Amino acid sequence: MENRATSEWANQLLRPDKKQRRLELQGRLMTLISAWVIILTLFSLLYFIASKGISTFLFDGVSLSQFFSGKWAPAGTPPSFGTLPFILGSFMVTVLAAVISAPLGIGAAIYMTEIAPSWGKKILQPVIELLVGIPSVVYGFVGLTVIVPFLRDVTGGPGFSLLAGVLVLSVMILPTITSIAVDTLQSIPRSMREASYALGATRWQTISRVLVRTSLPGLMTGVVLGMARAFGEALAVQMVIGNTDTMPTNLIQPISTLTSVITLHMGDTVPGTVYNDVLWSMALILLLMTLVFIVLIRWMTRRGES
Amino acid sequence: MNAKLADRIATIVFYLIALLIIGILSGLIGFILVRGLNVIDWHFLTSPPSTLTAGGGVAPQLFNSLYLLVLTMLITIPLGLGGGIYLAEYAKPGKWTDILRLSIEVLSSLPSIVVGLFGFLVFVQYTGWGFSLAAGALALTVFNLPLMVRVVEQAIRAVPREQREASYALGVTKWQTITRVVLPAALPGILTGTILAAGRVFGEAAALLFTAGMSSPMLDFTNWDPTSLSSPFNPFRPASTLAVHIWKINSEAIIPDAKEVAAGASAVLVLAVLFFNLTARALGRWIHKRMTSGS
Repeated sequence: MENRATSEWANQLLRPDKKQRRLELQGRLMTLISAWVIILTLFSLLYFIASKGISTFLFDGVSLSQFFSGKWAPAGTPPSFGTLPFILGSFMVTVLAAVISAPLGIGAAIYMTEIAPSWGKKILQPVIELLVGIPSVVYGFVGLTVIVPFLRDVTGGPGFSLLAGVLVLSVMILPTITSIAVDTLQSIPRSMREASYALGATRWQTISRVLVRTSLPGLMTGVVLGMARAFGEALAVQMVIGNTDTMPTNLIQPISTLTSVITLHMGDTVPGTVYNDVLWSMALILLLMTLVFIVLIRWMTRRGES
Repeated sequence: MNAKLADRIATIVFYLIALLIIGILSGLIGFILVRGLNVIDWHFLTSPPSTLTAGGGVAPQLFNSLYLLVLTMLITIPLGLGGGIYLAEYAKPGKWTDILRLSIEVLSSLPSIVVGLFGFLVFVQYTGWGFSLAAGALALTVFNLPLMVRVVEQAIRAVPREQREASYALGVTKWQTITRVVLPAALPGILTGTILAAGRVFGEAAALLFTAGMSSPMLDFTNWDPTSLSSPFNPFRPASTLAVHIWKINSEAIIPDAKEVAAGASAVLVLAVLFFNLTARALGRWIHKRMTSGS
């Protein structure tokens, strides 16, 4: 009697239960579908932006040399769609913001991991997290009400300028650079610092010759991520940069970036016109630049591992 | 002596950098709050914006931001859970997983304006919905989803292996182990991450210009019929959010008090971000305490 009950119980355990198996399969399928949604989203995004962006060259007869020229006159006769001023504007704003932000961000990270007493870290950590969360339009608004009038008083120019964009962006990308630098520095084993101190090195020697050198790929990854963010940022930049179609040759002069031109004109150009298609081509450049940044980051992470 | 001097100088420089950053942040937050809190009152939060005269509020924008957040999360959370579970529990190393990881990386680093333009083509034009909350929510999902997947995957990976093995040893199947053992254990991490992601969605604007639109129809808060255009709950109506409103009044508004309205709306946004941040921390700490105390 007792024996039979045991074997039934064993049977139940060992035989795959139909309901269980269905559940198992359903679960697996649900997670797989979510994964597919992500991949399909990316590929349709690439397809749609690329097909719209390419039509400028395939159907509107705009040549690549015209597209990359410096003459922007969409209303001229004949119209000209040279986007070089905006491409240069985007690059200059990005690079200059990184030049200001990289030393500050990495410096703050070194302070937090190597120097700060515990209260210093307790203050800075939430400060950095908060900076990440502040919406970009708020940065734009503060730039518009504080930085632009300040620059107007100091330089005598219009205030709306490349410099205003750089200052706003450098604050925006600071937390990105800092948080990644902190992660990198924290992953360096303690033994490395101790070895350096044991040799009689000062803290600064340890930081500059051991820590920064070993963590360089990680630190650079943070800077490139910050640059990617700066390159694609639209509204905060558009609000302070002035939006003229002049070549960016001067720090205190109003210019445009790819994102600011798209933001301003996508709504008021008619779909299907050359002007509108050119804006899509500019969006395609933004997309391609994102891919370039990702390739750069992957390359650096691999160098860091080897 | 020389090395010691350099060390001392470097230390001072690092202190200055830290002070500078704390200064920038407190200046920034202080400026926004001081300027904004003067503007925020009950009238500002509960009345619609005016088009020509001073004294308008941000009620519809505030509601739109919250409603859009809810819609986005309704789509993102199940998909994010699915993707995160897949990566943590099922994915085997190989080409397919590489493609999936690369997709997540690319999607999460795309400029939001590019995502907005994609949403404009697909969710606004091809679906025929026009500028709508639904299109906005789908566009926000595009770059919120990769974040969610990462959050879920990390939280699940942090659950110790022994917990799974104990469950398997009892004869519990894999899917049941995931839903009954692993997910509850990963819940604190998932919740904190979700709230932080929600904070980001709340302040997003560039992707919404071309999907949810820059204007809001007159809303009748007594109209609960989700198919009517004046109903706040209609997901297919255009909607401007707080963040979009700030951008719009700064760049093209003709109301005389644009600066004040922008300051007030900015303060509301920053307070919301602070709220999301603090809630996430508090909740994480609370759940952690409950789970580790063994009750």
